[in-house]
Amino acid sequence: MAETTWATPYRAILASRLRAQRAYRTGFALDLTSSLLIGVTELAEIWIIFHNVRVLGGLDFHAILLLFGLSNLAFSAADLLVGHLDTLPTYIRAGTVDAFYVRPLPLLAQLVTSEISLRRLTRIAVALVALGFGLALNDMAWGPAPVAMLVIAAVFGTAIFAALFTCAAALQFFLVNGSELTNSFTYGGSYASSQPASVFPTPLKLVFGYLVPVAFTAYLSTLAILGLPGPAGLPTWLAWLTPLAAVWVWLLAALLWRWGTRHYQGGGG
Amino acid sequence: MTDAIVSLQDLTRVFRRRGKGWRAERMELVAVDAMSFAIEAGASVGYIGANGAGKSTTIKMLTGILVPSSGTVRTCGLDPVRERRALARRIGVVFGQRSQLWWDLPLRESFAILAAIHRLGAGEAAARTRELVEQLEMGDTLDTPVRQLSLGQRMRAEIAAALLHSPELLILDEPTIGLDVLSKQRLREFLRHERASRGTTLLLTTHDMGDVERLCDRVLVVDRGRLAYDGTLPGLAATVGAQRVLVVDLADPTPELHGIPGATLISSEGDGMRQRLSFDAEVTTAAEVLTAVSTQAAVRDLSVEEPDIEDVVRRIYQTTR
Repeated sequence: MAETTWATPYRAILASRLRAQRAYRTGFALDLTSSLLIGVTELAEIWIIFHNVRVLGGLDFHAILLLFGLSNLAFSAADLLVGHLDTLPTYIRAGTVDAFYVRPLPLLAQLVTSEISLRRLTRIAVALVALGFGLALNDMAWGPAPVAMLVIAAVFGTAIFAALFTCAAALQFFLVNGSELTNSFTYGGSYASSQPASVFPTPLKLVFGYLVPVAFTAYLSTLAILGLPGPAGLPTWLAWLTPLAAVWVWLLAALLWRWGTRHYQGGGG
Repeated sequence: MTDAIVSLQDLTRVFRRRGKGWRAERMELVAVDAMSFAIEAGASVGYIGANGAGKSTTIKMLTGILVPSSGTVRTCGLDPVRERRALARRIGVVFGQRSQLWWDLPLRESFAILAAIHRLGAGEAAARTRELVEQLEMGDTLDTPVRQLSLGQRMRAEIAAALLHSPELLILDEPTIGLDVLSKQRLREFLRHERASRGTTLLLTTHDMGDVERLCDRVLVVDRGRLAYDGTLPGLAATVGAQRVLVVDLADPTPELHGIPGATLISSEGDGMRQRLSFDAEVTTAAEVLTAVSTQAAVRDLSVEEPDIEDVVRRIYQTTR
């Protein structure tokens, strides 16, 4: 073994998780299939909607494909990296969290590396296919700006969803059985982000644009890539501030997380 | 008290929970109530009390899991909550009823991961693992997935895992719960050896008084979040006037031994071949009782039973409440 660095513990933990997943091949294959089906179903839903309407919230089917691809890419990437944070109540009840507290690593880092949900890979694949078609079918002007926007949307969109997962997990320290509520935060956020924010009434537009900024994960970047104007309250140029939105929601997540860990009441016993 | 490895000053923890129904008053439960004590480095301390007396809550505040409601706590000179990670490098913690091992991996891998977590060098990790595996006799279980280990095997593995980084302080929460007599005995011997050879400080909570008798030179009894006793085990027994029992095996069938000064007959078996006499160590001695018995019968063998500590704790509760 080479000399130890900050990454050594995490590498050891993650490597062990990968070995464990390989040990249960059938279960892993089933997981991959089910998450593929979920992705395909959501895509089909959009297809059906656009069988009946031609334009939704100012976006046509091709634009929606791009929106769907970006939103799903960011969400499933975040899900792959930190989605297992929503198993925190199980860890609390099993006492695993107590064991985490007596190890010399940050709690959040231990929880994040406690699992890696490779089954989300199929969901990412669906997102990439939708994104590919979206980019190919739209009549758009290629250049450095759309490419930069794509990268920003993918990277910071993932960061925004990861922060939302962290907020939801932090709330679990208080709620323990509140995963229904916090799922509405993460999965609801994901659903909202795959819709054109212009269809929302103004209050919701402000919520998803500024408070829980999922509009930044896909909608605004789609507008920017296609050069479309935004609705009132959400101008297209905001898309370039996506990194700021990520910083804002991570600040919120860090505060909530700190509050939650200090509020921890122990796993009983 | 510069050499205290653990010190508590008026440490208090209050749990708040809602009562039933909407509008119910919030209920407050004082789990640990203005607790103060210190443990010097190298000591071996038994922390005992009934369920819900506040043992686990104290342990969780010592290790940085729970935030105290008020008061101060220092473990290894550190603030457990603010300096949790630095503290985790210097203490080992074993929770009897929860595992810190990876249940779906061979035991060997749990040790490897924990060595990486504590950033032990390759040579150091291998040497320490080999030493612990040898002393705890785990050689043939290293390739078994943790979920397939017996309770006794798992508990030895948990203790090895907690000691891998050679902590100064080992905290054990119910380490022998559910183990058979032989497994308990081996664990206790190992812990005595670890303490003797490395000077590791031991703090254990237990319901098993054998643990306290064999392992601890100081006992803290906690009752409803407060310290009810702090001292040695014999001192504890003396405080509550617990009775010791002299068991005599006699050469011939003998009538029941009544009228021995300072002693009371508890039982007589096998036509009086074995008789049990309880006596108060404050009033008389085992030798005096034995001398008195010898005038009435020929004694073939004898043993002295120590006080039952569960009983002692119960008496402590009765006298302090």
